[in-house]
Formats: sequence, structure tokens, C-alpha cells
Amino acid sequence: MHVTVTLNGADVTYDVEPRTLLVHYIRDAAGLKGTNVGCDTTSCGACTVLLDGRSVKSCTVLAAQADSSSVTTIEGLAEADGTMHPVQKAFHEHHGLQCGYCTPGMVMAIVSLIAERGDHELTETDIRQGLEGNLCRCTGYHNIVEAAMAAARAPELRS
Amino acid sequence: MIPSSFEYVRAGSIEQTLDLLNEHGDAAKLLAGGHSLLPLMKLRLASPEVLVDIGRLAELAYVGDGGDYVAIGALTTHDEVSRSPLIAAELPVLAHVAGQIGDPQVRHRGTIGGSIAHGDPASDLPAVALALGGTYVLTGPSETREVRAAAFHLGFLETAVAPDEILTEIRLPKMAGGGWGFEKLTKRAQDWAIVGAVAVRLDGNGSVGVGLINVGSVPARALSVEAAVASGAGAAEAAAQADTGIEVTGDLNASAAFRRHLTRVLVERALAKALA
Repeated sequence: MHVTVTLNGADVTYDVEPRTLLVHYIRDAAGLKGTNVGCDTTSCGACTVLLDGRSVKSCTVLAAQADSSSVTTIEGLAEADGTMHPVQKAFHEHHGLQCGYCTPGMVMAIVSLIAERGDHELTETDIRQGLEGNLCRCTGYHNIVEAAMAAARAPELRS
Repeated sequence: MIPSSFEYVRAGSIEQTLDLLNEHGDAAKLLAGGHSLLPLMKLRLASPEVLVDIGRLAELAYVGDGGDYVAIGALTTHDEVSRSPLIAAELPVLAHVAGQIGDPQVRHRGTIGGSIAHGDPASDLPAVALALGGTYVLTGPSETREVRAAAFHLGFLETAVAPDEILTEIRLPKMAGGGWGFEKLTKRAQDWAIVGAVAVRLDGNGSVGVGLINVGSVPARALSVEAAVASGAGAAEAAAQADTGIEVTGDLNASAAFRRHLTRVLVERALAKALA
């Protein structure tokens, strides 16, 4: 079947089997390898992408379910000139990664969390609870939370 | 892990969904958010021949005021339930429990109707509906019927939804300021409950409902606890018989004996909060 999505702002169409998972559509059909497969059981969050602006685990969404929707992956965050997204910048500045495997999913989960906060000021507890679906096997949570706190204060992300 | 092959059809309306169910019979399975079904399909524990995707039926995603109850469309996500001002005001227990399911990514996709129709004893929401004394609206080709939550779960992953029906609406009585308590034991924050308990006191008539999570093979009410409270017992006394009359299951996470213990402890805690 033909599945068309707006992937990082550009419309793409690929012919895939109905059973194709969104993460395989992104990695294998579209060739964007930034989204990782970790546990493949909806637990670890390494495959987190934005589907119509909200974080989802792309190992537990069919590509067919995302048809005609907008999908944003880690490759879609930086600007065309390479300027990093404020969440990426915060990870860089606060050393929010060790091995880096969970990082794309962590970053996408935080982008969604900040976008959903509304008028609410995110506390450290909000961020820790908001990242319950993302596991870091290096257990580097402290600096990830520091990075998320810094990103939440970034003036560019204020509505 | 990749599911076995299936035919995928996206339904554009409730009527079309009913037609597709009629056409494909037992071979078809409804797909809502997919957060119960797709993991089973990836493990090849479920292999439907036809997936009827109802995830885009916007007419089934709503929270409405039904007078003495709140009407929730089956496709309302856990995230939407947890953020609904009407649910926060009238059903605070539901807002809280929905906001604790899985993790944010799961709550963005998982739906209240999908969770209830899946009928997993480890799910949190059936226990909330049981404790509140809710009802479910089932829409079929010739009639729409209402089934009490207490009569809905027939066996392990087996519910009263007929092969040609859809669960369309969840109706939960307003709590009118009554108390509630929710307790669940998990190993990691995002996990399914090893055991959980929901207790609700409805202020209208003072009745108390208790729902159990992952104790037996079906979502269950703790009838003996409810009866004990009705005849004047306090939380500790009533909870001492929380596991009475239930065939408690043992698994890798907890033996049946440990699960019985957890059931009594967590019911007492939830009940103490509901009665406070």
C-alpha cells in the first residue's frame, strides 16, 4: 500500500506492506537512521518521534496509521543551516548524553513535553515524570534532566 | 518484531465499520490506538487477517456531559481523558488514573475504549469503571445496547462485545464530590500494575465501589469489600477480605500468595483514602 506522510516538512510516499511499522518506514523506506529501535516493545522510547506534533513510540504505530499525517524525527529539528534546535543545544551544553543511543528519543520526548506544557512552568518532577517512557541504559538521567530544564527555559521555546 | 501479514482497511464512519465487521466476521479485528493490539501482533500472539482501523473516527473522540454521568467517546486518548476539565471536575479518580497509564507516548496513542474492549485484567481503566459502576454503549448493526461494566468481562481478554459490534461510549456516574483512592505497585514507573486497586465513594448515595487490577484473570470488583463497607466496616476490616472469592493468578512478577497479600494491602490503602 502507498503511505504518504509529511516527513520533516517534505511530503514523501513509499509503497510498503500494511504490517510495516512506522519506525521501519522511517529507517528503511525513507532512510533516516536517526530514530533508533531499542526494546521494540513500547518500553524504552528510543524510537520516539512526533506524530502530528505529539511524541509516540514509532515501534508501536503502523506506517499505515500515520498516513496523511505529519512526522518529525530527530533529523527534522535543526534548521537548514545546521543551527541546532534549543533542546539539542541544551543536550550539547549540559552533556546530556553518554553512549547516545537513547538520545534521539529523549530529545523528541522533551520537545513534545515542552510543547504541551501550555502556561505551566515545567518543574524537575514534571520532567522526570514526562520522561518515564524513555530509558537510558547508561543511567545518565541527571544531565538529561538538566538539559531538559535548560531547554524549557529557552526563550525560543516560549510561546 | 514484525506482525504477520494482514489486510488493512481504514474505516471512514461507524456505519462503514459495522459493514466491514459484517463482511469479515471473526477474521477482522478493530484497531484504535493500537497500544494493546499491536504489541500482541508483534509477538504473534494475535494474527488477525483483517485490521479495521477506526483510529480516525473523530466522532468517537469526545468528553460530554450526560447529566448524572460523563459520556466519553471510545476513541478519546488517555492523554485527553487526563487533561479534560469536565473529567477533572466530575471524575477526578479517572483523570488521575488515566494520567498514570504507561508513559506520555503511550497516553498520546492509547484510547479508553481500546483499553476497556481489550479486557486485560492488568489494565487500570476497567477497574475504575467497575468501581464507579459505569456502563458501556455497544453499537451493532441492528441495535445499540448498554452493558454494565460489572457484566462486561466474561473471561481472559473476553468481553461482551459481539463480533459485529463496536464499543462506542463509556458512561461513568459523576462522583459529586465523593472520595477516591488509587494504588498500584509497579517495578518501573511505566509498567503494568503487578497489583492495583481503585476505591470510590459516591457522595450521592454513599455507596463504595472497589475495582481490582491484575488480581485474577478478568478485571474484577471486590464484592466482599463493598459488602463489608456497606455494613459498617472500616478500611482495615473490609480490606482483610479483598481477595475473597477471586481465583488469584501467580506469574513471574508475583506468586498467587504474594498477590493476595498485595491485594489486601493496596485495597486497604485505597479504601482509607476514599473513606477519609
